[in-house]
Amino acid sequence: MRETAVAVANIDSWLESFTEFEKRAAGRTLPWLHRLREDAFARFCEVGFPTTKDEDWRFTNVAGIAKTVFHSASTAKLAPGDSAAWRVDDVAATLVFINGHFDAELSEIGNLPKGVTVASLRERIESHPEEVEKHLGRYADTKRDAFVALNTAFIGDGAYVHVARGVVVEAPIYLLYLSTRENAATMTHPRNLIVAEDEAQIAVIEDYASVGGESVVLSNAVTELVAGESTVAQHYLIEREHLKAYNVSTLRIQQGRSANVASHSLLLGGGLVRNNVHPVLAGEGGECLINGLFLGTGTQHLDNFMHVEHASPHCGSRQFYNGILDGQAHGVFHGRIVVHKDAQKTDAKQTNRNLLLSDDAQIDTKPQLEIYADDVKCTHGATIGQIEENALFYLQSRGISEQEAKKLLLMAFAEECVERMQSSVARDHIQHLVSEHLLFTEGIVPVSSGERVTERVTGRVVEEVR
Amino acid sequence: MSLLEIRNLHVSVDGNEILKGIDLTVNAGEVHSIMGPNGSGKSTLAQVLARRDAYEVTEGSITLDGKDLLEMKPEEAACEGVFLAFQYPVEIPGIGNTYFLRSALNAQRRHRGLDEMDAMDFLPMFREKLKLLEMDDKLMNRSLNEGFSGGEKKRNEILQMAVLEPRLAILDETDSGLDIDALRIVAGGVNSLRSPDRAMLVVTHYQRLLNYIVPDFVHVLVDGRIVRSGGKELALELEEKGYGWTETPQAVGARA
Repeated sequence: MRETAVAVANIDSWLESFTEFEKRAAGRTLPWLHRLREDAFARFCEVGFPTTKDEDWRFTNVAGIAKTVFHSASTAKLAPGDSAAWRVDDVAATLVFINGHFDAELSEIGNLPKGVTVASLRERIESHPEEVEKHLGRYADTKRDAFVALNTAFIGDGAYVHVARGVVVEAPIYLLYLSTRENAATMTHPRNLIVAEDEAQIAVIEDYASVGGESVVLSNAVTELVAGESTVAQHYLIEREHLKAYNVSTLRIQQGRSANVASHSLLLGGGLVRNNVHPVLAGEGGECLINGLFLGTGTQHLDNFMHVEHASPHCGSRQFYNGILDGQAHGVFHGRIVVHKDAQKTDAKQTNRNLLLSDDAQIDTKPQLEIYADDVKCTHGATIGQIEENALFYLQSRGISEQEAKKLLLMAFAEECVERMQSSVARDHIQHLVSEHLLFTEGIVPVSSGERVTERVTGRVVEEVR
Repeated sequence: MSLLEIRNLHVSVDGNEILKGIDLTVNAGEVHSIMGPNGSGKSTLAQVLARRDAYEVTEGSITLDGKDLLEMKPEEAACEGVFLAFQYPVEIPGIGNTYFLRSALNAQRRHRGLDEMDAMDFLPMFREKLKLLEMDDKLMNRSLNEGFSGGEKKRNEILQMAVLEPRLAILDETDSGLDIDALRIVAGGVNSLRSPDRAMLVVTHYQRLLNYIVPDFVHVLVDGRIVRSGGKELALELEEKGYGWTETPQAVGARA
C-alpha cells in the first residue's frame, strides 16, 4: 500500500456494489467495455483513495468519502413542475439526469442540425457501441486517479454528444444532473463523452444541483471532451448541490491541431468539491482557456486542480481562477502546467485571484510548473486580498449602502470570470446564479460598528518551479 | 440655521492629531475655499465630512442642516446631500459607470422618498450632463474610472456631482494635475452647479482654480487649524506670498 493512499476500507461493500452494477450495466456483453470496467475497478481497489500525503491532494482530505458506504442511487421521478425551475432557455438541447439516470421525459432534444447526435450514453452504448468504443476511456487517467478509476468502473449513464466535421452548433447543449433526497448515502458516476470532429463548434453546460432536501451524496463525474483539428469547443461546469454533497468532477480535454477549447467553471454549492481540469494540447497551435470562479461560505471546501499539458509546439494556455471565500470556507487552486520536451514556443499563463471575506476563510494557491522544453514562456501569479476599503468607501460616498456596495464589488470581481464566457446563454445563466448567490453571502452583511475587521491573511502561496 | 456648522473639530488618525480645533460655518449659496500647504489637514477635513471611518473624531461636532453628521455612515451623509469629489478617484473594474451612477442616484432618491429613475428617464438627463462636462459617452460604457486619464477622472467626479445634485459639494484638490483646458471644463461644470440652495467647499493647494471658481470666503488651514479667513483677495495674497508667512511655530514639522 502506498503511503499516499488508504486501502479502500469498506472493500466488501464496494465489491458488492460493483457486482450488482455490472449485472445490469449497459453494454455488459461488450467485451471491451466489460474489460474497461473490470480493469478500472481493480485499479481503484489497488490505488485506494488519496490522502493528504499525496502531493495532488495535499489540501483536500477525502477521508469523509473513503469512510462512507455509498449505495447506488435509485431512479426517482420528478413531478414536471419540480423540474421546470431548472430550465435554461435558448439551449440547443436539454438532457436531464435524475440520480445519474437519464430521464427522457424531462429531456428535450429537439431539432438539432444535421450531423449532431445528442443522446444518453447508456442508449448510445446499446445502439452504436463501435462509435462509443472509439473514444470512451481513452483519455481519462484511471492509473493515477482513484476517482476516475471508480467512475470508469461504474460507467453507466451520462451524456453522449457527437458533432460531425464542420458542423456548428451555436446554442449550448445543457446537461442537468439532479440528485434527490435519499435515506442512505448515495453515489452517482455520471460519464460524459463529447466528441467534436474537425472544424466543428460546440458548447456544453454541465449543471449539478439537488432537489428535495439534503442527504449525503457523492457525485463523481468524468467528462472526456475530444476536440478535432481547428475545432472550437466550450465546456461549462456548474456545481450548486447542497452542502452535504461531495462532488468530484474531472474534465479531460484532448485537443487536436489548432483546436480552441475553453473550460469554464462555477462552484457555488457542495460541501466538498474537487474540480479537476486536465487539457492535453496534443496538436500544434492549440489554444486553451481555463476560466473559473468559486464562491465558498460556511465550511465548504472547494478545490480546483488544474493540470495543463502542453504536448505540442506553438500552443497557448490561459488559466484564470477567481475565488471568494467567506465564513470558514477553504479554497484551493492548484495549477500545474507541464510542458513536454517537444512543446517549444509554448505560451502558458496562470492567474489566481482571491478575496477572503472573513478571518477564518482560507485559500491555498499553488502554481506548479514542470518544463522540459527550453523555448517557452510560462507565467503565473496569485493574489489574496480583502474587499478594497478605498473602493468600498468610494461607492458608499455616493449613497450606495455598505451591503449593496460590497455586493457590487464582489459581483465585479466575479464578473472578470463571467465576462470570459463566450456563450451568451451560458454567461447569462451563470451571471444570474452568481448574483442570486451573492445576495445571501454572509460577508456582505455589514460588520457591527464596534467590531473592527482585522487584517489577517490566512492563505498560503506555495510555489514550486521545477 | 446654517447648512454646515463645524465646531471645535479635533480629528486623529492612528493616534496622531491632524485637525486641532476647526470652526467653520457655511451657509447655503456660499462657496468657501480651504487653502493650505501639504499636510495641513485639508484632505482630512474633506474625508471626515464624507464620513470616512479611518478618521477618529476626538472632540467637537459637525451638523448638516442641523443634523449630526458624525452619526452618519458615508452613504447616509451622501443621501443627506454630502458629495466629495475625490482627489484620487478610485478605479473599479467590473462596475459600469452608467450603472453605478444610476444606482447611486436611485439609492439617494429612495432615501428622499422619491421614485427610482428608470433608464428611460435617466439617460436623457445623463446625456445633458455629459455635454456639460464635454465627456465622450463611450467612456460611460467602460468600468468606473478604469483606464481614464487624470483629467477624465476629475471630470467624471464633477459629472457625478452634476447628476447627484448635492446640498454640500466638497472638491478635494480637483484642480491638481489638470491642464488648462480640462481645468476650464471642470470649473465650468462646477460653476453651473452654483445655486442658492447649495454650498461648496473647494479644497486646494493653489490659487489657480480660484480664478475660475471664485469663492465667497477663503480660509487658510495650517497644521490642523484655520489661521486666517477672508474674502477672495486672500487667495491672491497667498499666491503672491506663499504659505510661509501664515505658518505658526507649531506648523514647522507638520506632516509632509
